Amino acid sequence: MSLFRRRKTVFVDADILVIGGGMAGCGATYESRYWGRDLKIVCVEKANIERSGAVAQGLYAINCYMGMQWGENQPEDHVRYARNDLMGLVREDLGYDIARHVDATVHKFEEWGLPMMRDPETGRYQREGKWQIMIHGESYKPIVAEAARKAATEVYNRIMVTHLLTDKTKPNRVAGAVGFNVRTGDYYVFRAKAVIVSAGGASHIFKPRAVGEGMGRTWYAPWSSASAYALPIQVGAKMTQMENRIVLTRFKDGYGPVGAYFLHLKTYTQNGYGEEYESKWYENTKALVGDYIDRHPVPTCLRNHAFLEEVKAGRGPIRMVTTEAFQDPHKETVGWENFLGMTIGQAVVWASQNIDPKHINPELTTSEPYVMGSHATCSGAWASGPEDYAPSEYQWGYNRMMTVEGLFGAGDAIGGTAHKFSSGSFTEGRIAGKAAVKYVNDLRNQPPQVSEQEYLDLEKTIFQPLENYRVGRNEIVAGTVSPSYLLPIHGLQRLEKIMDEYVGGISTNYMTNDRLLNRGLELLTMLREDMSSMGAEDLHQLQRTWELHHRLLASESVTHHTLFRQETRWPGYYYRGDHMRLDDENWHCFTLSRYDRNTGKWALEKAPVYHIVD
Amino acid sequence: MPTFVYMTRCDGCGHCVDICPSDIMHIDKTYRRAYNIEPNMCWECYSCVKACPQNAIDARGYADFAPLGHSVRALREEAKGTISWRLKFRDGREKNFVSPIRTTPWGSIKGPAEYDAPRPEDFSSQELAHEPEALKIDGGLPALRPDQLKQGVV
Repeated sequence: MSLFRRRKTVFVDADILVIGGGMAGCGATYESRYWGRDLKIVCVEKANIERSGAVAQGLYAINCYMGMQWGENQPEDHVRYARNDLMGLVREDLGYDIARHVDATVHKFEEWGLPMMRDPETGRYQREGKWQIMIHGESYKPIVAEAARKAATEVYNRIMVTHLLTDKTKPNRVAGAVGFNVRTGDYYVFRAKAVIVSAGGASHIFKPRAVGEGMGRTWYAPWSSASAYALPIQVGAKMTQMENRIVLTRFKDGYGPVGAYFLHLKTYTQNGYGEEYESKWYENTKALVGDYIDRHPVPTCLRNHAFLEEVKAGRGPIRMVTTEAFQDPHKETVGWENFLGMTIGQAVVWASQNIDPKHINPELTTSEPYVMGSHATCSGAWASGPEDYAPSEYQWGYNRMMTVEGLFGAGDAIGGTAHKFSSGSFTEGRIAGKAAVKYVNDLRNQPPQVSEQEYLDLEKTIFQPLENYRVGRNEIVAGTVSPSYLLPIHGLQRLEKIMDEYVGGISTNYMTNDRLLNRGLELLTMLREDMSSMGAEDLHQLQRTWELHHRLLASESVTHHTLFRQETRWPGYYYRGDHMRLDDENWHCFTLSRYDRNTGKWALEKAPVYHIVD
Repeated sequence: MPTFVYMTRCDGCGHCVDICPSDIMHIDKTYRRAYNIEPNMCWECYSCVKACPQNAIDARGYADFAPLGHSVRALREEAKGTISWRLKFRDGREKNFVSPIRTTPWGSIKGPAEYDAPRPEDFSSQELAHEPEALKIDGGLPALRPDQLKQGVV
């Protein structure tokens, strides 16, 4: 802030506030307008919805499409698939709900102009695998953003939302949100009747494999800063399955996707000596998880487990055998365009290292862990299920409403619903959008009341790092070392190191135990205390500071959940060294947590898993 | 591969600043041109490269694992509806690819309020906008019965 300019406070009133304009947020915005014709629908995004969220750089496949019109799959089939891949534990009511709607979403995408590939023989969408269809998706996000812009009353780009607001008289009811404009520094107070959190999951909570310039080439986008979790956690929303982090087997260094390679190009893996290795670890895996290893397809975490064991046995690197498939020029083109459409960095790595997969079998690696709710894992908020069939324990109000009244979620924010990906996240946004309109209509003349004291207190907290830097900077000559403040990158690197070493990151081969987790919690608490000493040189650094706050709160949740679940449910994602076996007798359940912001305490409990009869 | 900006091509228009999802393309105060302020928070998503009207932005592979001498260039042409790629390997080999990006005119999407408004009774059904038609199936929206759910290991 310059000496001559005071910070403005901008008030925005909305019926429905959508936080995060990625795939889920665009779906929520679109559907809110369809059902709420005369409502004020506001979408707020920390970047620019034209290229924001995980789909910013494009996608080459839509990974969740039933194909009901051709009888390819039914919603029940998708539930069975997701349940199997997640070792038995998914919210089947929510998963079915997405699966029954998702085809309609994809058909709209095509109508809007998304280029779909088609099978030349059948005329159907070109299948990459049972659930995946192939697209030319470079402009997937700009197309979806166009639909959202046409739906929203207002879109606010470049506003970092830091906190939700609660009702003055009912603490368990949402009343809006606050944040700041990353360009102007103005303070924004959004007053809303309903809030839909559709922000991003968590990259950069565990130390990435590349820690130099390449630290930004994480598998999940570096701008996915766990706001999907921190915003609801702060106001006491219950979270589920936060321990269920995901580790990705991907091409080395660029983290280029392997789905099309395995499923469509029919490439396969072998160890450094050219041998098949997965079957060697069958008995080993069976001893850990029993007959889950016999299921088809083999759960992703268990394939990771075989990969890790083979490398530990000294037979790395694991390679993808591409040299056979790439002799077909069509397959070669698909292989390259797959990267250029969604992970350009992998093409760069191969070009730089002279790796032409037609002649060289490229190396694979296992990534650092990520916490998210939209890909092949299901961390997120505990949400009310669909009204027509969800069991009573999963139903306390409107569909996709969290345990805080008026607070809805979609995409990475909602837990228990693995394998929704881009199309399922947009679809879940639509489900939440319709439900939020119903909620707002039912409120009639009882809108929530924002507390002036609350948003004034938050303003001070939010901008304090700028003040810390301004004052502390005078103590030192130059450089980054100050006795009075830490920069956001310092805090981020400490967080990543704690999570890596104590909560099951790459440096321990994803291993942890109760002693490590408790020590990790002590160190996270000290980091939490140090957060009041963060220094931000400018508004960009202030954004980084609040992204760190969100990542830290999500990490605390992950650590508490990991400590609570006394088993190793997903070997290959993480291991509890003190409880190495899967334990269906005691842990065939969801884990739930609730954070109390007044006491700073976390309360953990179990919740039942209901299955669709199979 | 973090992005960088060629001094002689950039005119400081700020399109890259406006689009960058990571908020790392900023305008240098002295030269009035854009640059990458935080290369280690760059995802190599190429949003800035594609948005630059002067083709002033390129990328150089991450120093910690990408040897020099490569190039991956993109040309996104909205009017033609295509994106073109040229890859150059360290050893000089080249590969070229072209893909479609959109099948309809930009700005042509019909907004949700341009459709007929839903009827009051539609609010109590489980159907979303454009359903059941957009599902393209007979029999309407699939549903489960509550008694289909059970506890235990399956």
